[in-house]
Amino acid sequence: MISASQRLWRTSPLTYVALVLAALFSIYPLYYMVVISTRSLDAINDVPPPMAPGESFGDNFGRVLDNDAANFVTGLINSIIVSSVVTIAVVLTGSLAGFAFAKLRFRGRNILLLSIIVTMMIPTQMSIIPLWGMMQTFGWYDSLYAVTVPFLVTAFGVFMMRQYATQAISDELIEAGRVDGASTFRIYWNIVLPALRPAAAVLGLLTFMEQWNSFLWPYAILSPENPTLQVSLSFLSYAYYTDYSQVFAATAVGTLPLILVFILFGRQIIGGIMEGAVKS
Amino acid sequence: MSLSATTAPPSPAPPPPDTAPRRRGSLLNRLDIKYSPYLYIAPFFLIFGVFQLYPMTRTFWMSLHDWDMIGEHTFIGFDNYTALISDEYFWNALVNTFGIFALSTIPQLLLALFLANLLNRTMLRAKTFFRMAIFVPNVVSVAAVAIVFGMLFQRDFGLFNWLLSTVGVDPIDWRNQTWSSWTAIATMVNWRWTGYNTLILLAGMQAIPKDLYEAAAIDGASQWRQFWRITLPMLRPTFLFVVILSTIGGMQLFTEPLLFANGSVIGGNQREFQTLAMYMFEKGIYNLSTAGYGAAVAWAIFMIIILVSLVNFLLVRRSAK
Repeated sequence: MISASQRLWRTSPLTYVALVLAALFSIYPLYYMVVISTRSLDAINDVPPPMAPGESFGDNFGRVLDNDAANFVTGLINSIIVSSVVTIAVVLTGSLAGFAFAKLRFRGRNILLLSIIVTMMIPTQMSIIPLWGMMQTFGWYDSLYAVTVPFLVTAFGVFMMRQYATQAISDELIEAGRVDGASTFRIYWNIVLPALRPAAAVLGLLTFMEQWNSFLWPYAILSPENPTLQVSLSFLSYAYYTDYSQVFAATAVGTLPLILVFILFGRQIIGGIMEGAVKS
Repeated sequence: MSLSATTAPPSPAPPPPDTAPRRRGSLLNRLDIKYSPYLYIAPFFLIFGVFQLYPMTRTFWMSLHDWDMIGEHTFIGFDNYTALISDEYFWNALVNTFGIFALSTIPQLLLALFLANLLNRTMLRAKTFFRMAIFVPNVVSVAAVAIVFGMLFQRDFGLFNWLLSTVGVDPIDWRNQTWSSWTAIATMVNWRWTGYNTLILLAGMQAIPKDLYEAAAIDGASQWRQFWRITLPMLRPTFLFVVILSTIGGMQLFTEPLLFANGSVIGGNQREFQTLAMYMFEKGIYNLSTAGYGAAVAWAIFMIIILVSLVNFLLVRRSAK
């Protein structure tokens, strides 16, 4: 016998039609990016527009590499460095502070935690004009420090780790460590950090994607000679907007690593986002 | 079944008795327990304070000055803010931002609600595939989205104009008119964010107790009626969360219109799609001599976000009655 809830949520063929259409709309622009990046430039004029990939990717991407003004490789390397450093730092500082807020007792804990939650709501654009001036003072204009150091911590990271630590780590475990004579830092390193691993992985993936895709601040503070990947793409698209296949080849190379990460870890990423939504 | 009553569940290791001797009850140990928590939260507050909180308050301080980033500054009180009120470019940017915000948020949330409701069926096959496929645009960088859609909205050989031509509509120069540029930019936002909002709403739907639906079904309520009477009201907090997130993002819209304008910070020849964030960038960073005015625009954006969020909050609360 079918239960009431099953009858209720019966999936008709129309459900699938709608979902398949939605999936197609989501994927098509990416497919289109691949098509244009693998076709020669004149394919753009085809009527109807080209629908199948070609064989000119090497040609197109070769033009990106030869293009001195785009600094694409510099941008790619810079993005890898910045995203990796920030990701590691956000996970470490987030888990350290999250552990303290979840499991340690200290004066001012609640008010400090509240202040972190409030700061999650502040838009980043609020601070970029004076930050720009500060970077000049520090001598960090056009330096990777400018796009790395300010982002080594995030309120979201602390909050997420705190939520996870609260439910995933029992007080007994920490007390047992204390009885064994372990210092607080040893407890963090040997007991807490391994237990936080699932949440740390999700936080790391989200942070990496956010940094890889970040635009406004790197655009404001880096020069076209020393860009991140996204900044390099923007300058390429301004200057070579008639050479679509070159711009699209660069865009595809900049996008596919994240798509790959998403194919491998999409389940965890989606799980993390959906869990976070229910809790907040 | 009576057996289970007497079988205790496997209990965790008993908590250590309080009297257990600490092997290192030294001064060092007490210092560690008392002060190390501050050490652990210090990196966050230090970096956040220097690079986020301080600049934010400084933005306000700057906004009270005629401030040249590489020159002099003089205190002028709230003159920048009064100037904003009569600045037609500011109002233009405000209207553009709200226009694009409406064109993106409203259809996007309706669509997300619809898709989340479809994904919420218990018997759905290939769940993970559909979730991932719908979410994948959110993984793509905004710059890449703007580049790809900039091409799709190209006047001479863009896909959208070709599609329109098959039904006999003349090619549209998307970048040259207000409504068409808004539509194009809103499309980019919709494409990137619909899947994200779908998953958040789906998470909210799955948190609704199933027995509510079963009870309603027994009473003979149709699926449509259940959606209106159970799903929507129970989803209200999640919906508010999504709306406020969209507001924060929508009011700060920058990259899509900038790249759509080929890097021009004024957004189209006649500022057809210059957003508030672009205007802030134009005044505060592009022209360093008007940094104080740019800072005032930044605070205006912040105030608008708070105001719009409050209105949403009140609307959602009122609809609860």
